[in-house]
Amino acid sequence: MLPRSQILLLATVAASLGVTMFSDGIDPYFLLVIKNVGINIILAVSLNLVNGYTGQFSLGHAGFMAVGAYTSAAITLFLGPPLLAAIGMHGVAATAGLFLAALVAGGLVAALAGLLVGIPSLRLKGDYLAIVTLGFGEIIRVIFRNVQSLGGALGLNGIPPYTNFFWTFTFVALTVYVIISMVHSTYGRGFLAVHDDEVAAEAMGLNTTRYKVIAFVVGAFFAGIAGGLYGHSQRSIDPQTFNFVKSIEIVVMVILGGMGNTVGVILAAVLLTLLPEFLRPIAEYRMMIYSLLLIVLMLTRPQGLFTWRRAKVQPAT
Amino acid sequence: MTEFLQQLINGLSLGAIYALIALGYTMVYGVLRFINFAHSDIFMVGAFAGYYLGHYLPAENLGCGLLILAGAMLICALLGMTIERLAYRPLRNRSKLNVLITAIGVSLLLENAGQFFFGAKSKAYPSLFPVHNFTSAGGIVLSSNQLAVFIVAILLLVGLQFIVLRTRIGTAMRAVSFNHIASSLVGINNDVVISFTFGLGSALAAAGGILYSVNYQAIDPLMGVLPGLKAFVAAVLGGIGNIPGAALGGLLLGVIETFVNGSRYSTYTDAIAFALLILILLFRPAGLLGKLQVEKV
Repeated sequence: MLPRSQILLLATVAASLGVTMFSDGIDPYFLLVIKNVGINIILAVSLNLVNGYTGQFSLGHAGFMAVGAYTSAAITLFLGPPLLAAIGMHGVAATAGLFLAALVAGGLVAALAGLLVGIPSLRLKGDYLAIVTLGFGEIIRVIFRNVQSLGGALGLNGIPPYTNFFWTFTFVALTVYVIISMVHSTYGRGFLAVHDDEVAAEAMGLNTTRYKVIAFVVGAFFAGIAGGLYGHSQRSIDPQTFNFVKSIEIVVMVILGGMGNTVGVILAAVLLTLLPEFLRPIAEYRMMIYSLLLIVLMLTRPQGLFTWRRAKVQPAT
Repeated sequence: MTEFLQQLINGLSLGAIYALIALGYTMVYGVLRFINFAHSDIFMVGAFAGYYLGHYLPAENLGCGLLILAGAMLICALLGMTIERLAYRPLRNRSKLNVLITAIGVSLLLENAGQFFFGAKSKAYPSLFPVHNFTSAGGIVLSSNQLAVFIVAILLLVGLQFIVLRTRIGTAMRAVSFNHIASSLVGINNDVVISFTFGLGSALAAAGGILYSVNYQAIDPLMGVLPGLKAFVAAVLGGIGNIPGAALGGLLLGVIETFVNGSRYSTYTDAIAFALLILILLFRPAGLLGKLQVEKV
């Protein structure tokens, strides 16, 4: 008998496959919003590993998303078709395999970027990480804008619409499963230890830098996957999509849900994706509301909206 | 050679502005040990304060220009102290992450409120100081705005050094930054000192904002983001928490950036600061003038 969590994982995959069979009957706009909900859940849950469980502060999640989106889109646009033609494969199975490979490649390249950014900044205190990741997000945009083979400032267009309900929610289930399993494993207790007290964790013999880098790389990997799904759902990407505002949106989801509370973060991701759809007239003031929300939450309810258990006493620093 | 000297002058005048902003970061870090993200937006508010005050006074007049500068510095000092009182002080004993998130929130709030009240479009900045270009025998051009940057920056730096080293409040500032528990034991009111530090840092940011806008002649509500980040890099470069270090880091960064901008790699100018930050974090995390501190429990 499989453990409960793995049954849940398989059930979600099966259910999303089932829904996909009938997705032709669903209103396309509604389907798009639902896919965005899924993509945002992946982003928020993966950022929660870094910002919530490990207690670091990354402001560049959209940068990793951009890396993943560009990598996977480049593969399905430029690399995939000639490759499939060369080995003489076509049909649903071939495109599915190609898309899966593109997504994973996007995730891996994003993880590599995470490693490159994480190693220098994570040796130091969290404040530096915030600045370095913010700077990284900007640099990524500058680079993509200057690379003409990736469309420059116009970005990539005409990306094949491979992202469907099945892929989105399979990866949602995978992300949640991997991150929850990781944090609850023996090894994963290290993340919480780094969050609770870095000095004490180090005194216990934990390599805190390695834990931080691993959390960062895993977070970046799933952000890359989410970027790939996003690109193949919107069918066009440009550097401006993955700006600082996008990173902040993800951060707000994590903080609203409660840092280190996966269920809360999922609820917050759903809420913050659906709310702007219903509140079109005030979408203009979205960022102003987000920023006020951040301040008020920190002053009155730092454990997030969806954390009901009594918060641990914070050590005075 | 002329080219080199000209670039050096341009670089130093940009660097002097970075130095003014970096001082605010470094002083607040000194007393509170946190990065005040909202600082770059106070820089923006300073520029806008100068823009609106400029409507009421004649342009291109030295006296009026200085008056506007002083007015904007006062407005921003009050703004900085208000932000500290409302947003940061209630979180004084909470975890660092909470304060950091609040600071990011304040920064975003200022940017978006700025877009709401000032309009998101960029505005042409009036010439607050008399405009004149001084040309030397070798053909090196020094504009009056650059001269104003140098004079104002030097005066403010000397004034700051005087406040920090020679006055009672400056001594208290150094005491709080050294050990805030011991300083309150000897009767220093930490709240007053921290408030004063925010006021002082914000006033310098406002001066930086006006000098920057006078040189670049266009302002918008998001103008603070990039100079703010670069000034932060300058503060880290010099050693965060170290006042002469911030000035040195600012000048150095300004010069490096100007030379890169003049070279073939000019499209990557904005990335230089971050590359520099990563290098300094790898090889000398305490900064050029800072001392490496070991965390004690």
